[in-house]
Amino acid sequence: VKLVIGIVRPEKANDVLEALYRAEVRGVSMSRVQGHGGELERVETYRGTTVQMGLAEKVRFEIAVSDEFVQPTIEALCEGARTGEVGDGKIFVVPLEQAVRIRTGDTDMGAVTPVDK
Amino acid sequence: VSGLAVVTSLTGIDSGDTAWMLAATALVLMMTPALGLFYAGLVRSKNTLNTFMMCAGAIAVATVTWAAVGYSLAFDGSGSLIGGLGNTFLHGVDFAPREGTKIPQLLFFAFQATFCIITVALVSGAVVERMRFGAFLVFAALWSVCVYAVLAHWAFGGGWLQSGGTLDFAGGVPVEMGSGFSALAAAIVVGARKDYGRQALLPHNAMYVLLGAGLLWFGWFGFNGGSGFSTGDPSVLAFVNTLLTPACTLVVWFTLDLIRGRKVTAIGAATAIVVGCVAITPAGGYISPGWAMLLGALAALPSYAIIVWRTRTRVDETLDVLAAHGLAGFTGILFIGFFAEAAWNGVSDGLFYGNAAQLGHQALAALAAPVYAFVATFVLLKLIGLAMPLRASEREEGIGMDVVQHGEEAYVTGEGAILITAEAGIEAELPVADPI
Repeated sequence: VKLVIGIVRPEKANDVLEALYRAEVRGVSMSRVQGHGGELERVETYRGTTVQMGLAEKVRFEIAVSDEFVQPTIEALCEGARTGEVGDGKIFVVPLEQAVRIRTGDTDMGAVTPVDK
Repeated sequence: VSGLAVVTSLTGIDSGDTAWMLAATALVLMMTPALGLFYAGLVRSKNTLNTFMMCAGAIAVATVTWAAVGYSLAFDGSGSLIGGLGNTFLHGVDFAPREGTKIPQLLFFAFQATFCIITVALVSGAVVERMRFGAFLVFAALWSVCVYAVLAHWAFGGGWLQSGGTLDFAGGVPVEMGSGFSALAAAIVVGARKDYGRQALLPHNAMYVLLGAGLLWFGWFGFNGGSGFSTGDPSVLAFVNTLLTPACTLVVWFTLDLIRGRKVTAIGAATAIVVGCVAITPAGGYISPGWAMLLGALAALPSYAIIVWRTRTRVDETLDVLAAHGLAGFTGILFIGFFAEAAWNGVSDGLFYGNAAQLGHQALAALAAPVYAFVATFVLLKLIGLAMPLRASEREEGIGMDVVQHGEEAYVTGEGAILITAEAGIEAELPVADPI
């Protein structure tokens, strides 16, 4: 069981959700975060104060999946989030010590496999 | 006191009328920022500032074009199709009373300017979230002259509709049908947002929408109440009808919401306020309070139906200017033809009171204004499109118009922002020739 973390552009978040849905990856959480991975192109001016926005709005997906779903999940994230410009984001895959489904107490594989009913 | 009365009658200016019209002008000007709030709440957060700025842009551009040539084309002389150029750049617009009123023509000009401004701002609702700001300003300048001033002349300035007998108290022709059907044309020429029909595009702040609608209603008392240019009976009637009609629209809208979704929605309520105010705009000074209440109830039906239907089409007329303004204005203009009452307005009866001809005059306006607004706006935007791109690229649309068009955000946190000063030594800000 792995945790796939994808940090993407907010305007691509819906495309990512669509791609994940097509890849049949169902269990997803997302949050709004700020960060930067080298891009610093955005300059804004407020009443004569010019600033370079060091942190950009990003959306962070966290997806816990069984091992055979890791590659499809990565592909879906790339497909949905890529524009080709600096700032498209990153994907991190980390091992998961344990996963528990709160409702049933199912652990690991059972916890990350979606229930159909 | 008697000496003062003599002076008043000599100059032809009535101080009471003038005082009210000064206040009414300020009330109507406030409607454009109010519309900015209303519209900004309805768009996604990344387009908040751009949407409001289109209203601010309308104030800037339309005031200048109105002073330069728009007012003259609308109100100089009584040509059939268009006015003259005698008042261009406010030539001859001074303290002498405007013909048919007891207020200075200079004040009359300013009051009418606020109408032109808000009508230009209304059209922006069709193209928000993707039209380039610069292209919109060019459009606003040309549209205020080529479309608004022409329709204003037809309905208010002695043009063929007014002289033919069409009754339009406060702008069903130029403001409401003018903006609504122009909005439809603009949405078609500019095209849908890239995400339209693919994603749910939801209002980002319902409180802005409600606040904007409330301030619009408040300003509308100046809009309708001022359109008699006096403190006389028609103004009082229009003022009170501006309370009655939207209230009835609200009640019916609540009911429709309940029937359709079992819940009364807040954004529906905000929409209903606008629809009611629009419906009474042409009819305000011409129908009795009782009929005004019926008008409010009736006006909800076609506008509600079009709003429900429009979102299922490919036409991304984003903020439903056609439904809220075009259609409600159409309803109000036709309603006069049925229920105008000479006992209340001192001008003319409608069909219900035995004057079928009035309905004919109203139907003519309800046909001519939409056709002219749609065709002229369509052609105008096609021509502007030849000279410059009308809309932002897909990538820019994705990032949002606030950052792309204005270099600002509505909800900036400032976290991680780096102050750019010459001393800070950030390359971008240092001139190439002086790289110290």
